[in-house]
Amino acid sequence: MNTRALSAAVALLALSAGTASAEKTKFEYWYGLSGDLGEKVQETCNRFNAAQSEYEILCVGQDGYAQAVQNTIAAFRAGKHPTIVQAYDAGTADLMLSGEFYPVQKMMADYNIDVDWANYFPGISNYYASSKGELFSMPFNSSTAVMYYNADDLKSIGMDTPPATWEEFEATLKKLKESGKACPYAYSADPWVDLEQFSMAHNVPVASNNNGYDGLDSKILYNTTLHVKHMENIKRWLDEGLLQIRTAQGGINAQSSFAQGECSFYANSIAGHATVSKTAKEGMNWSVTMLPVYEGTERHNTVVGGASLWVLSKKTEPEYRGAAAYLKFLATPESEEYWSTVTGYIPVTKKGFQGLKDKGFYDSAPFKGREVALESLTFTEPGPLTRGIRLGGFIQIRAEWKNAVEAALAGNMPMKEALDTAAQRSDDVLAKFARTYKGKSFP
Amino acid sequence: MRRAYFKNNWIAALMVAPQLLIIFVFFYWPTSQAIYWAFTLEQPWGGGNEWVGFENFRQLLTDSQYWDSVRVSVIYAIATTALAMGMALILALFADRQLTGYKFYRVGLIWPYAVAAPAVGLSFRFIFNPSAGLFSYINHLFPGLWDPIMNGSHALFMVIVAGAWKQIAYSFIFFLAALQSIPRSLTEACAMDGSGVLRRMWDLQLPLMAPTFFFLLVINITDSFTDSFGIVDTLTVGGPARATNLMVYKIYEDGFRGLDYSGAAAQSIILMLLVIALTFFQFRFVERRIHYS
Repeated sequence: MNTRALSAAVALLALSAGTASAEKTKFEYWYGLSGDLGEKVQETCNRFNAAQSEYEILCVGQDGYAQAVQNTIAAFRAGKHPTIVQAYDAGTADLMLSGEFYPVQKMMADYNIDVDWANYFPGISNYYASSKGELFSMPFNSSTAVMYYNADDLKSIGMDTPPATWEEFEATLKKLKESGKACPYAYSADPWVDLEQFSMAHNVPVASNNNGYDGLDSKILYNTTLHVKHMENIKRWLDEGLLQIRTAQGGINAQSSFAQGECSFYANSIAGHATVSKTAKEGMNWSVTMLPVYEGTERHNTVVGGASLWVLSKKTEPEYRGAAAYLKFLATPESEEYWSTVTGYIPVTKKGFQGLKDKGFYDSAPFKGREVALESLTFTEPGPLTRGIRLGGFIQIRAEWKNAVEAALAGNMPMKEALDTAAQRSDDVLAKFARTYKGKSFP
Repeated sequence: MRRAYFKNNWIAALMVAPQLLIIFVFFYWPTSQAIYWAFTLEQPWGGGNEWVGFENFRQLLTDSQYWDSVRVSVIYAIATTALAMGMALILALFADRQLTGYKFYRVGLIWPYAVAAPAVGLSFRFIFNPSAGLFSYINHLFPGLWDPIMNGSHALFMVIVAGAWKQIAYSFIFFLAALQSIPRSLTEACAMDGSGVLRRMWDLQLPLMAPTFFFLLVINITDSFTDSFGIVDTLTVGGPARATNLMVYKIYEDGFRGLDYSGAAAQSIILMLLVIALTFFQFRFVERRIHYS
């Protein structure tokens, strides 16, 4: 039980300190989520502070994942960093190689806090674990990509279930188009969905060395896989008017286009489920389904997105005890239920998920459909190609992909050539990263 | 010319010390750090670095996409400067003519300078929005004519207009001040000799404004190289397909988001040298043709 573990930690602290002090141990936590979600993070902190009297967590929003990582690095170099930082997938490689963190699994063991690590969904925990399976950071806000669909539009063309394969998906787009729908599919080039989740679901590699897990000398492979065909299809669908590009820069993004009923499909993170629920046009029937796969391929699990909580090095023991208590607090079923209710994120433990399911959480709106994300995430056991991606300079690699795809979609060059160029340029990024961390390897 | 000297050098040193300290902390020290990083491969979390000489520069200068970024930045700088100064000059000439309500115009025209770049970006995002903004009327008449989401030239045009709009106010203030410092007697003498408004502008006001013109040219060029971040970030995020990836935005993208500190440091050094070279060039070749008094 959580309280017992907590009191054990408290007792230990009292012993080591000699006298129990009335002064609370304060420690900082910097997070990247902003806006509404940022406020929800702040609430988890308030709940933690209210639940116990030994520690006080100071939660500071950094207004964006990238900023959270940048600011933490700047603060770390000046010796003024927080104890916990919320870091996103793309910031992981540098953090891992720097070694400037306290692996959470080790920390929990060091402070005798019992955590049932097997309770975590392997698709989630593997992403944040060492090659030997030791968990480095605490899974927190987790999501995966799903396909949102407008059930009314599908019904209007006589379909009761959403398409499961990309071939059916294309046929559906055509029918919708013929029925007079101007925007069957709201699309914006997003490497996380089109490249990473797509490759996982089809069990094809993004890069060599098992997507970078086995060494720094990795090379990009996505320009040689089924991914090329998929992107060529997207380009063709654009040309045939089966999809429309919807970005925030263009005034209305894909999510709003879908929520307003303008477009029938859009693919993105399950985390947007809550927003779509709130903003969907009155009376619109919609739901989510797993991303389609191509015919003749075997569906695999998709991969976790979102962020996890890292405990940084060079902090004092009391601060680590506080951090451990907070992470333990977040892992309780009650906290998980709270987090999954107020946000669109999914529970990260099997028990948390089961608890919600038993309560009938997923049976009715607005939460109905979110279980699809877990179904997608746990569709198969994660294999060498589906446990995640561990590449340095990942932000640049994603940017190379996005710029190349944009160029191809605009008709500046063929899709295959664009992806080849992006892959080759990404290889240069990887080579530079490997050189920066010469002699090191992923732990 | 006679010059005034301090008898006691210590007092002089004491008086400039605070300013020098500020310049050192906010300019020389970071610059020296950037130069050092530009010649190394720096690990972001501070785990050490390796001296690589000119490797970072070699990589950048052999990268065709980096040259694209330089090319786009130069186009942006020239276009925004020409557009902003041209518009500011026209507006100032008219505000100076004291037409009805000129006091209102004067304040109104200075205002945009106080607007933050991201706010400018967001407003222009609405104006230029191809499906819902003011420009959507164009698309209504001629479908597909205006497409900044897919078409790089359109996107660049959009960024230039937004950037120029923000710069106009600054140039306007200086042009107006220059115009108002021209003695009225000169204008009146011209008028009595029978020259019309346009002739007075061309033969009298513009030549007398040359020093201001030169000053604004230097400031505008420098500004458009270094201060375009907010507009690009809100309007285009550097896209589509890098069509608006200005040098300063690329530095942010690579350094702060991508954690490639060394590559970004090398880019800032190149940008700094470029701005220094351009300013030097302007002083060397343009200023010679300016007569201050």
